[in-house]
Amino acid sequence: MSDMDEMEDGSGIVKKFMFLNRKAPHGTVYALEGLEVVLITAAFDQDVSMVFTDDGVYQLLKGIDTKGIEVKDFSKTYRALDGYDIEKLYVDQSSIDARGLTEDDLIVDVTVLSVSEMANLMAEQDVVISF
Amino acid sequence: MLHIVNKSATDRGSLESCLAMATKGSAVLLIEDAVYAATTGGAAAAKIQAAAADLKIYALGPDLAARGMAARVLDGVNVVDYAGFVDLVAEHKSCQSWL
Repeated sequence: MSDMDEMEDGSGIVKKFMFLNRKAPHGTVYALEGLEVVLITAAFDQDVSMVFTDDGVYQLLKGIDTKGIEVKDFSKTYRALDGYDIEKLYVDQSSIDARGLTEDDLIVDVTVLSVSEMANLMAEQDVVISF
Repeated sequence: MLHIVNKSATDRGSLESCLAMATKGSAVLLIEDAVYAATTGGAAAAKIQAAAADLKIYALGPDLAARGMAARVLDGVNVVDYAGFVDLVAEHKSCQSWL
């Protein structure tokens, strides 16, 4: 793929955006803020990839129940990303392995990548934004 | 003494520092992102289980539930609620928060 594709109606340029999520949910505000920014970016019809590495993979766990800590449970929002045409979700294999997790533990369908595949994906982006 | 850790062991070194300094018979309470260390399959699991021989290890239940980890708690880790948190603070002469 080329770095930039002119849209057919000429209304703008589509760039490849990667949102790199490396933090666990709730302990910091990064995960929630990252999700908000992703949704905003989607509104501008950009080519969005969401990547989950390190503790970021914890954001996608099934069975999250935040009632006890009285914060918003935004984990369901990952399942709604599809509706915003955000379908490129990637998870780092070594990060889930290191945490004793498998793809079945995750709330959404993802593509699991090796470190070298992830590195290539990162290298082909126009913009990488880290949370 | 009660040691309180709130950062993920796979993100920061505070759990490791805490376990190195906690003396026999002390209590360690894992809260917020530190609760991942008290769950099965993770890198910190072996450290926590080894530490449980000399220390009392607690994890805050509402923080486990909020992270989808309520069903993955390691054997030997005591799950407490907020009232239990208060009791632990009251029971111990001093507290150290590993921020």
